[in-house]
Amino acid sequence: MSVRWILLCCLLWASAAQAQGFAGLGTQADDFAQPQPGYTFQFPDDHGAHPDYRIEWWYLTANMTDANGVSYGLQWTLFRSALAPQEGEGWRSPQLWMGHAAVTTPTAHYVAERRARGGIGQAGVRAAPFSAWIDEWQMTSDADDLNRLRLTASDMAFAYDMRLSAQAPLIFHGDAGYSVKSQSGQASYYYAQPFYDLAGTLTLPEGEVGVTGQAWLDREWSSQPLGADQKGWDWFSLSFESGDKLMGFQLRQTDGQVYTAATWITQDGETETFADGAFSAQATHMHQVAGRDVPTQWQIRLADKGVDVSVTALNSDAWMATSVPYWEGPIRVSGSHEGVGYLEMTGYE
Amino acid sequence: MISPVFHALLSHWWRNRLQLFTLLAGLAMATALWSGVQAVNAEARASYATAAATLDEGQFGRFVHRDGAVIDLAQFVALRRGGWRVSPIIEADIQGVRFIGFEPLTAPEGLGPFAGDLLSQTEDMFGAQDQIFASVETLSGLTDLDQVGKVQVQGIAGGLVYADIAVVQSLTGREGEIDFLVIDHTQPIMQTPLAQIAPELMRQRVQEGADIKALTDSFHLNLTAFGLLAFAVGIFIVNGAIGLAFEQRRAMTRTLRALGVPLRHLLIAIVIELFVLALIAGSVGVVLGYGVASLLLPDVAATLGGLYGADVPGELQLHPMWWLSALCIAVVGTAIAAGGALWQLYRMPLLAGAQPRAQEMAARRRAQVLGFASFALLCLAAVLAMTAQSLIMGFVMLSALLIGAALALPIILSKLLAFCETRARAVTLQWFWADTRQQLPGLSLALMALLLAMAANIGVTTMVSSFRLTFVGFLDQRLTSELYVSTDTAAQAEELQRYAPENGAVVLPIFTETTPVLGQPVEVMGVRDHETFRTNWVFLDAVDDPWTAIAQTPGVLINEQFARRMGLAIGQELEIVGEPFTIAGIYGDYGNPIGQALIGERPFTTLFPDVRARRFGLRLDPADVTRFRAALRNDVGIPDANMINQAGIKDLSLAIFDRTFTVTGALNVLTLAVAGFAMLMSLLTLASMRLPQLAPAWAVGLTRRQLGQYEILRAMVLAVLTVLCAVPLGLALAWVLLEVVNVAAFGWRLPIYLFPLDYLKLALLALCAAALAAAWPARRLARTPPADLLKVFSNER
Repeated sequence: MSVRWILLCCLLWASAAQAQGFAGLGTQADDFAQPQPGYTFQFPDDHGAHPDYRIEWWYLTANMTDANGVSYGLQWTLFRSALAPQEGEGWRSPQLWMGHAAVTTPTAHYVAERRARGGIGQAGVRAAPFSAWIDEWQMTSDADDLNRLRLTASDMAFAYDMRLSAQAPLIFHGDAGYSVKSQSGQASYYYAQPFYDLAGTLTLPEGEVGVTGQAWLDREWSSQPLGADQKGWDWFSLSFESGDKLMGFQLRQTDGQVYTAATWITQDGETETFADGAFSAQATHMHQVAGRDVPTQWQIRLADKGVDVSVTALNSDAWMATSVPYWEGPIRVSGSHEGVGYLEMTGYE
Repeated sequence: MISPVFHALLSHWWRNRLQLFTLLAGLAMATALWSGVQAVNAEARASYATAAATLDEGQFGRFVHRDGAVIDLAQFVALRRGGWRVSPIIEADIQGVRFIGFEPLTAPEGLGPFAGDLLSQTEDMFGAQDQIFASVETLSGLTDLDQVGKVQVQGIAGGLVYADIAVVQSLTGREGEIDFLVIDHTQPIMQTPLAQIAPELMRQRVQEGADIKALTDSFHLNLTAFGLLAFAVGIFIVNGAIGLAFEQRRAMTRTLRALGVPLRHLLIAIVIELFVLALIAGSVGVVLGYGVASLLLPDVAATLGGLYGADVPGELQLHPMWWLSALCIAVVGTAIAAGGALWQLYRMPLLAGAQPRAQEMAARRRAQVLGFASFALLCLAAVLAMTAQSLIMGFVMLSALLIGAALALPIILSKLLAFCETRARAVTLQWFWADTRQQLPGLSLALMALLLAMAANIGVTTMVSSFRLTFVGFLDQRLTSELYVSTDTAAQAEELQRYAPENGAVVLPIFTETTPVLGQPVEVMGVRDHETFRTNWVFLDAVDDPWTAIAQTPGVLINEQFARRMGLAIGQELEIVGEPFTIAGIYGDYGNPIGQALIGERPFTTLFPDVRARRFGLRLDPADVTRFRAALRNDVGIPDANMINQAGIKDLSLAIFDRTFTVTGALNVLTLAVAGFAMLMSLLTLASMRLPQLAPAWAVGLTRRQLGQYEILRAMVLAVLTVLCAVPLGLALAWVLLEVVNVAAFGWRLPIYLFPLDYLKLALLALCAAALAAAWPARRLARTPPADLLKVFSNER
């Protein structure tokens, strides 16, 4: 999922073009810290922000149903992007923040975006007790861990207020949380909490809906963008009825090749990592949304685990019309395994 | 072969320098009129757009500190974290330039000159150096600001600089300070109430400027219409000038052709000659137009400056496009005009060219075609009058009406003259009418120009004056109280109601509540029965005593928008919150998008027992306003921002309107002057060709002096008849502008008021122009040596 930093690169970093900093605080990219193998995570500190790394996110998605069995999806994301590897006070802080929130129903998709500067308190993340926020949107815990969270967001057309509780420990992708992203060795620190049970209220134009479901939180930070030959990605998080989970993604290259990676997560939180080529995703149906053709049905295979499933969007129009647009929405899984999940796709022009 | 033909053509001008002058001057004046109005229009449009874009923060509501203090960072963050989508602004004056510091990550879309997404357009803000953004002119005026990078941005108004809030804070040494917060149009559904987060802040509604928008739009439309009319007048004048140039040289072309010049060579030579003349005249016209525009522009700039409080450049900029389009008008106008004449020349039998009778025959055939075209155009205009809904259709109708009427003019005049001829007993008079009629074809283009100029002036004067009258009435009824006060709390409202009467002011509480009426959101207002309203309000339609009707019987007054939208009329019943009210009056409510209903204070408090008045009008001695305001601030604790001195607003609005008048008045004189000049040209030309017709009249006993007087009289008669035709046409034009174009543009109809005195003034002006135009040719005629008149009989024609 390292690919997500293209979002930030495009928006705040690359768009700042030659900018090597913000408001006079800029430095060379080399000054940012780089992920190293063999890192030992320090909690609760690592739940907080790492301003000396260029990019970082707290990325939560959830699959939910209401009392009538109607399915919903939810997204809450906080991105941090640094123009310089330090925190600063006041308006001249080089840390920029962006939040995305979305609710997907079978017939509608609501999206909101917020942006803020660091240094003034409008957005930020505190490690203990844990709190991540931008404006009135929050993901907070009353403890020093991520086990019990309250999640809120609102916009013109929707709002939600959810409570989450983790049912298993954190899991670490790649080599104990050091996740390699490409053949040229770009990497990130990457851990996740894919075992949340979730319950709360969605406020939609039709009224309030009580929902329950499962949520998945990704934590990742790094300083390295992707290679110039990588034009987009397709990222899947699948929760099977068996209790096992699969995270897999493919990076699409301009030469038509893909780079893939996957993590198999058992219901007890045991993980198994799969290198490039083991995981495969093939688009089986294209859907037109926002003037682009986007694959909203896929055939996913991971032969080592006997996975051969078809994945279908709950709502094919789950287009994120944000500063950098992309597709993100809940999916249904059927075939060798049954279940639900989330799909994110970028780079479809 | 062409070279000697050229020489011959040019020698004609050499011998008739006056004719050359009239041709060039006519073309130049038409170009000047067109380009001058266009330039003013374009400049006004650009300034207007810039000013509007610049001050677009005015379209957003604001949070300001109650005491006028600065807002601190913590309050901004607290509001954001409470779900309020607000964005901080700091303003500063540095070297006489207004600096606006804003925050690109939270700024609402549409703030400032950066249309669309701010962030993507201000990426330079995140550069290594502090940056400021302004127009080239503004930046060049800023010296001693070497510590910041200067970025040129098109479309930022003069005297205005945008920069990141941190940059402006640094430049002014006001670290951490915020002047106000702009409130985004869209807000989340979950918000913490303002009183809980920042009770010391108060919300200011969208600025007054938004209400004045209707006015500026109308001003703009006014200029557009004038541009169109000026174009029509200009085209007719060019047409006239060229047509006359051909008439004058018929004899010469006949001679040239008789001498063996091939028709093709002759045509080529004429085309080249005309092209060169058009370019020369066009260039002169551009310079003249520039003069006209720069004379008018300060008024336009002042108008817009007054409207927006923005610095609109009052200097005219000569755009290359402007030159080009003016030259194009001269050349294309010449080409259109010459096309017909060249075609005639091409078709005309070799030797028939110089015979007036042939001309008249040709004119008669042409008249039939034009008569038919005129009829068709007028029918089109009539159909559109009943069906036109859009602005485009309104302008199409305008064009059809004007051109149709212009084409009909010679026919109408001819019939009128023929009628006069039958009524005339005296031989001299009969000759006078017949002779006038014979001259009509030669003069018709000049008369059409006069008709259009006059009609345009009547139309625009009516439109502007009607608007002014309506608007003044509207201001008077809306801004009756000397001081308007909003209170923030019920306690403050009570204190005000106790304090003001004790200190000699009459308090008029304004109760408002928005509630659905007939399924539409309607602002229901409760008003106290007071003399103020009775004397000042003007209704579009009302029962005899509407104020008593709403004070005593359950009556209601509604605004025009609501009446129009719902198809409501006087006497109908209207249910508000389940209670029946009878509509007692309909009033104009210009620029307000939503419906409004006025009821008495007592019925209002019965319907909405919980609603307390928070806004008050205070009637007091106008001289006392400043003192009273200070007293309210000190004794009742009402912040200055909550009090509006309406006299100031009214004066400003009226001053703006009077500037509009200056522009309109100047254009009136100008168009008539140009039309008068067209007449002068036509008369001068005809004068030399008419000797053969006048000589017999002289021979039978009319003196040259009498002939001269008849010439002036003829011009005056034609002008009077034309002006008589122009009055109904002008009124029709005003009707189209007010009832079709204005309704299509703004959704409300302006009542037409007639201004007979103004029309009379315009008519006298037109007659003066005609008399002046006729004076010189008449004088020349009166002084024609008898020998010249005698020669007519000796020369064989």
